[in-house]
Amino acid sequence: MNEIIQSRKPPVATTGILGWLRMNLFSNWVNSLISLFVLYILFQFIPWILNWTVFAADFKYNFNGEEIINREMCSRVLDPETGGACWAIIYVRFYQFMYGFYPREEVWRVNLSYIMLAVAIVPLLFDKFPFRKHFLKFTYVFPIIAFFLLNGGLGLEPVSTNKWGGLLVTLVLGCTGIALAFPLGIVLALGRRSNLPVISMMCTLFIEFIRGVPLITLLFFGMVMLPLFLPEGIDMDGLARVLVAVTLFQAAYMAEVIRGGLQAIPQGQYEAARSIGLSYWQMNRKVVLPQAIRISIPSIVNTSIGLFKDTTLVIIVGLLDLLGIGRGALADTTWLGLAYEVYFFVSLVFFIFTFGMSRYSLYLEKKLKTGINMGAD
Amino acid sequence: MSDDSIISLQNVNKWFGDFHVLQDVNLEVKKKERIVVCGPSGSGKSTMIRCINRLEEHQEGTIIVDGIELTGNLKNIDSVRKEVGMVFQQFNLFPHLSVKENITLAPIWVKKMPKAEAEELAMQQLEIVKIPEQADKYPGQLSGGQQQRVAIARSLAMKPNIMLFDEPTSALDPEMIKEVLDVMVDLAEGGMTMIVVTHEMGFAKTVADRMVFMDEGKIVEEASPDKFFNNPESDRTKLFLSQILNH
Repeated sequence: MNEIIQSRKPPVATTGILGWLRMNLFSNWVNSLISLFVLYILFQFIPWILNWTVFAADFKYNFNGEEIINREMCSRVLDPETGGACWAIIYVRFYQFMYGFYPREEVWRVNLSYIMLAVAIVPLLFDKFPFRKHFLKFTYVFPIIAFFLLNGGLGLEPVSTNKWGGLLVTLVLGCTGIALAFPLGIVLALGRRSNLPVISMMCTLFIEFIRGVPLITLLFFGMVMLPLFLPEGIDMDGLARVLVAVTLFQAAYMAEVIRGGLQAIPQGQYEAARSIGLSYWQMNRKVVLPQAIRISIPSIVNTSIGLFKDTTLVIIVGLLDLLGIGRGALADTTWLGLAYEVYFFVSLVFFIFTFGMSRYSLYLEKKLKTGINMGAD
Repeated sequence: MSDDSIISLQNVNKWFGDFHVLQDVNLEVKKKERIVVCGPSGSGKSTMIRCINRLEEHQEGTIIVDGIELTGNLKNIDSVRKEVGMVFQQFNLFPHLSVKENITLAPIWVKKMPKAEAEELAMQQLEIVKIPEQADKYPGQLSGGQQQRVAIARSLAMKPNIMLFDEPTSALDPEMIKEVLDVMVDLAEGGMTMIVVTHEMGFAKTVADRMVFMDEGKIVEEASPDKFFNNPESDRTKLFLSQILNH
């Protein structure tokens, strides 16, 4: 006996926008309630923030069409009910935010450095970049060019580092700190795992000392105590002293991150490298470190982001980084009380850089996972 | 030590902490001799061959490889490692390098060979182990047997006089054991000096010039394969053979 099978309902869609919504936001009653609640909050909040930051905000002119030159002219001071952010404070001080007190006639040097920084970094980030090898040569000489360009010398007017400020100081500290700390961290990590007790002990002591001390202490140390260790008559630049502190700090953290990666490399890799005759340095350079660094990429980026944000602490020793310039702007009586705008802007600039870094690390992880199947087993 | 001896271990002792892993080991290996070392696990067979290229340090006795004595002298160790190739149980290929790069690494960096020449050499070695078509793949994309053959090619690329094999087929699926053993037989027939730690008794019977049986850190018996399998002297050897041949 053959019975006709009843036709079944089509399965619930699991693809497309509706499917995605159903799977992720409305899969059951509790999820649906939470989703609705969150959507309600977003619905309330997003229009308000957009309105405050963009639609009702002043950029250069207030709602009367006058150019804003002090806080009294801001729409939100004139009419707290309807006025949005008063970006005029950023507009007026934009130069300081970007360059600090760098002389205006020399500012092209900073701009050129910014552009060259981008050119130097991009081939470093993408290994499929056309003519990467040639660009990388530029990456290696870039720090030297940038040093003379920003600092002066070789026929360029010297610009003292106490005139530097804003994003310039933030980038100099962040980039130099990260770039110098990376190789130093590798050496420290290898040193800590060395079989030679003296080297291992010295590296361990160094790392533990630096990690056990807050960055602020190190900054004070760099500012106040470093000159005591220098021979008499040699005066070290303030920014350079801070750079030393920041680099040592970051190197200690980087060392621990890389040591973590090194520990994940199986003993067999070392043995195989030694058995084919590679020396200690060849083994590390060609076999161990490439794998260890690959494993530690997420943590390396994580500490780098941390350092980039920690550079704001230099305000303590009198350097005016991006945040320092912001605080300076707030202290100006003509612009008193525009803290929201200043902190929003400073946060946004930091966010752009750190978000870029974290996205890049995700991209790298994905690429390395799909590109090469790590692990021989 | 006799004139044509290439490896000589004299009264070698080694401890791991309190554990006396090698006890007065004496072994002479002649040029082009093929030696198969067997014995129960923990008997010190791997440790012994790892001492020959100084992956492990012995604490007492003398080890001389190709006229060079192994001491703390790093230069001597480097020269010995250039003479001695080693194949591991777990292959230990470098997973971040392609097959070709795995093989060219040491010729380029240790022997300072130009890249093109090293690549040509790598392809020759891959022909020997019969997988030239895998040159551009990564180790993770190969089967266990193929990985082990790449590992053999990697060692051969340094043109060693001696090859050490540390249980080269123990980590392989049964159907892949043969492809690796075939390569090793070819190598033996080509006149390579080989010390092989293995439980593959069929392989031992075909290629070994001499069998070495170890137990509890000592060499219990040394004999030709014929004598070793058919008429062993020690009771310990008999027990071991009965266990591995009749399972």
